[in-house]
Amino acid sequence: MVAIDHSSGVVHRARDLAHRFFDSDIYYSFRASKVTMVAAGVTAVMFLGALFAPLLSPQNPFDPAALDLLDAFTPPVWVEGGGWKYMLGTDDQGRDLFSAILYGSRISLGVGFAAVLFAMLLGISAGLLAGYVGGKVDATIMRIADVQISFPSILIVLLIDGVLRGVLPAGRHDDLALIVVVLAIGFSSWPQFARTVRGSTLVEKNKEYVQAARVIGRQPLVIMLRHVLPNVMGPVLVIATISLAVAILSEATLSFLGVGVPPTEPSLGTLIRIGQDFLFSGEWWIVIFPGATLAILVLAVNLLGDWLRDALNPKLR
Amino acid sequence: MIVVPANQPLLEVKNLRIEFPTRRGTLVAVNDVSLHIDPGEVLGVVGESGAGKSLTGAAIIGLLEPPGRIAEGQIMLEGRRIDDLPYEEMRRIRGRRIGAIFQDPLTSLNPLYTVSRQLVETIMTHLPLSEKEARARAIELLQEVGIPSAEERVDHYPHQFSGGMRQRVVIALALCAEPRLIIADEPTTALDVSIQAQIISLLKRLCKEHQTAVMLVTHDMGVIAEAADRVAVMYSGRIAEIGPVREVVLNAKHPYTHGLMGSIPHIGHDVDELTQIQGAMPRLTEIPAGCAFNPRCPKVFDRCYHDRPDLQPVEASEVACHLYDAEERRAAAGD
Amino acid sequence: MTDTAVTTTDARPADARTLVKVDDLARYFDVSPPLLNRLIERTGRAVVRAVDGVSFEIGRGETFSLVGESGCGKSTVARLIVGLYRPTDGSIVFDGVDMGQPGARSFRQGVQSRMQMIFQDPYASLNPRWRVTNIIAEPIHARRLLTDKAEVNRRVGELLTQVGLSPKDGEKYPHEFSGGQRQRISIARALAGEPEFLICDEPTSALDVSVQSQILNLMKELQRSFNLTYLFISHDLAVVYHVSTTVGVMYLGRLVEWAETKTLFNRPKHPYTRMLLDAIPDLEMTGRQRVPVAGEVPSPINPPSGCPFHPRCPHANARCAAERPVLRVFDDTHVACHAVEEGRLS
Repeated sequence: MVAIDHSSGVVHRARDLAHRFFDSDIYYSFRASKVTMVAAGVTAVMFLGALFAPLLSPQNPFDPAALDLLDAFTPPVWVEGGGWKYMLGTDDQGRDLFSAILYGSRISLGVGFAAVLFAMLLGISAGLLAGYVGGKVDATIMRIADVQISFPSILIVLLIDGVLRGVLPAGRHDDLALIVVVLAIGFSSWPQFARTVRGSTLVEKNKEYVQAARVIGRQPLVIMLRHVLPNVMGPVLVIATISLAVAILSEATLSFLGVGVPPTEPSLGTLIRIGQDFLFSGEWWIVIFPGATLAILVLAVNLLGDWLRDALNPKLR
Repeated sequence: MIVVPANQPLLEVKNLRIEFPTRRGTLVAVNDVSLHIDPGEVLGVVGESGAGKSLTGAAIIGLLEPPGRIAEGQIMLEGRRIDDLPYEEMRRIRGRRIGAIFQDPLTSLNPLYTVSRQLVETIMTHLPLSEKEARARAIELLQEVGIPSAEERVDHYPHQFSGGMRQRVVIALALCAEPRLIIADEPTTALDVSIQAQIISLLKRLCKEHQTAVMLVTHDMGVIAEAADRVAVMYSGRIAEIGPVREVVLNAKHPYTHGLMGSIPHIGHDVDELTQIQGAMPRLTEIPAGCAFNPRCPKVFDRCYHDRPDLQPVEASEVACHLYDAEERRAAAGD
Repeated sequence: MTDTAVTTTDARPADARTLVKVDDLARYFDVSPPLLNRLIERTGRAVVRAVDGVSFEIGRGETFSLVGESGCGKSTVARLIVGLYRPTDGSIVFDGVDMGQPGARSFRQGVQSRMQMIFQDPYASLNPRWRVTNIIAEPIHARRLLTDKAEVNRRVGELLTQVGLSPKDGEKYPHEFSGGQRQRISIARALAGEPEFLICDEPTSALDVSVQSQILNLMKELQRSFNLTYLFISHDLAVVYHVSTTVGVMYLGRLVEWAETKTLFNRPKHPYTRMLLDAIPDLEMTGRQRVPVAGEVPSPINPPSGCPFHPRCPHANARCAAERPVLRVFDDTHVACHAVEEGRLS
């Protein structure tokens, strides 16, 4: 009896939530913008493709045993010499490009998400603390952020990447490469989150509901996390979306420069690096398809971010 | 200058209806509002927030914020229809024939220009004066609205004035083209009580001197009682009662006006409990059928739930309430 | 029980009827430009004396109102008492306990939980992302008054009923309510902490009159039921007359006069109080002309010397410009005015 009550409560909550979502202004503005709907569709397809890569791809591109060097440089299906076995052709190792792109997006998106989550964690904590506590804490945190922002972010990523690689024991580089990339990219973008959260926190902090919580006797940490945080999440979400696009690009840049993920498990950036060697020798498809995938993914995510920013900005409604 | 015939009102609003199309259907914010203002008269428009009083004022000066629009009705200024004029023509009327004063003086003044520049520009747009004459006129106006050392202050920026002084500048700006009508939307709400009294008496004096009519939109009954000649009480987008100020304030006829007057605390009246009107004004999406006031009305009866009452003359006022229907009155007389 | 040790060092006020005693309370705000600007532009520090030497007492079960124009410091006094600001100077004694005592942090919190606050803006004072139930239950959780979830819900339902809402409303979010209903939720939240003392900062000034009367009536009713003491902050003299037992008038951070309500309204002593009363709109249509107060409130950064009101005062003389008057009692009224003291004004 109790269990039934509980589950029906959950169903009720979920239905209530769904109702509130479909009734919301956000959903309405989503439906009103065709560009956004297309962008969301493209992003969704790429996400699903990346998520279900092992099920969708004809080949495991990370498994050297599955590769056949004799099939190297097979062109796409519609070019003479191509076949349905390798729809988008193969690279110099005989890797099926379609499979490689699916697996590569998986790494790109995975690294992107992880890096953004890490940056959010750092940035939100720093921003909340700076905004809510103020004074010297604020000045210290924000000056560090200012200094970091004044450097190009890719420089920061390279710097952190280099430092981490130097610190880590040799021989474990490849195992930890992914984590290093995530930390480097994440660390390079925390100041944006910190700045935004700090700004919103300064506004929220002076609202009467925060004062009310203080009068009630709530501890500062509780007020920051339970009162202020939910109310500053709107702009954070916008930045997170745009940062995701930037993080994917940063990862591609790192991999392109050869300091990112190991070439045995290529991401989109690695594929582009491999491909650019063959760009002028006629095997254009090796660089074009991963490049186009990256461009479309980043564009779609960026468009979503733009829309989210407008949808959450009450002034533009 | 057009001479208004004595029998013609300066402003006449006929059956005004303002709609807001939203994705959930069209909201009617102002419905079937008719009123007139005579030359030199102060008409107070009171009501709670959301009653449609500010929208009525905005519609008259042609400053309805989209997507709000006039769906029905006419607005006539000096016998000429103005609600369907093209934007440019309306802009010329605004300022020249109709002036505006808003609640927040900072929104009516450009913070980047000096007061003199704003006044001179407005004067020269509307009156055939040279820049020098316009400046002299600007200083004269500032003196008239009670700004000390006006010759010097005229070259200051808006932020260099205090709240009360800024509102005086706004009044000067509204008056500078000698309009026939001023729409004053909550002109004293942002001000302290002591400053409020200064501004109201100033507005009253100037309008008397210049023979300017005023539509005074406010939620403050005290301001109305002091400044208005006639009052329109709005509720849920309609006029509930309109009449001479003494009638409405001291002898309210509509149960809503009655409740409203009773709910204002008075100094010197020792009551333990204030009269209260139950509930709140309905949202625009939930206006009930019949009389919009019926869920809160202490004297509600059958007809109120399905017939919408029209304004009808009762003594010196006009009231939209079924209590004053002929048969109801007969029944009351028979009791 | 180290807490009790702290309390005993403080002498209880002679009058046990007094719940709150504020003595020479001051709060300054530093509004100086940043250091770099000060160095380059050679400007000094700027200090706003938002509250400057305010003393009064609030008796149990009373409604003490503070009135004054915007910027007079009345809201700052409220926030000082409730602990949102630390006083720069002076003391606040609540039920015999000095709130400013050093080293009594936990005890101060214990005392502070006996007071709650109702804020002015019903739209900003409720967290928009919280359900009403959680908003009202917050003081219960913070003070650990109840721990069982069902009991908390029952208590929240009871509170909602007490303020004239339905227990079902707890499931909703603040944006689904009108301004008046939100203020009721605010009151329910304050009551949830089972306070003795409620600080109400302009609780009705954002509401329409017909709703204002509902809230004022509700507050009076609750005061009777729960034997509450109110500190009521308002700029509306008519509202203050209706709700208060005692009224204090503030001007530029100072308390210029305080007395029992009838006394203050019938026989105002301070010239500023008289001016305020004269400026009230005449709703009775008696034809009384309201006399506008001349001039405007000066900047609190550089307040006038002596009596802060002297530049606007018709009774000011040289002494008023030089010497700051202190509160003295004349016929049951505490008033800070040289003219009254010297008998030039009765």
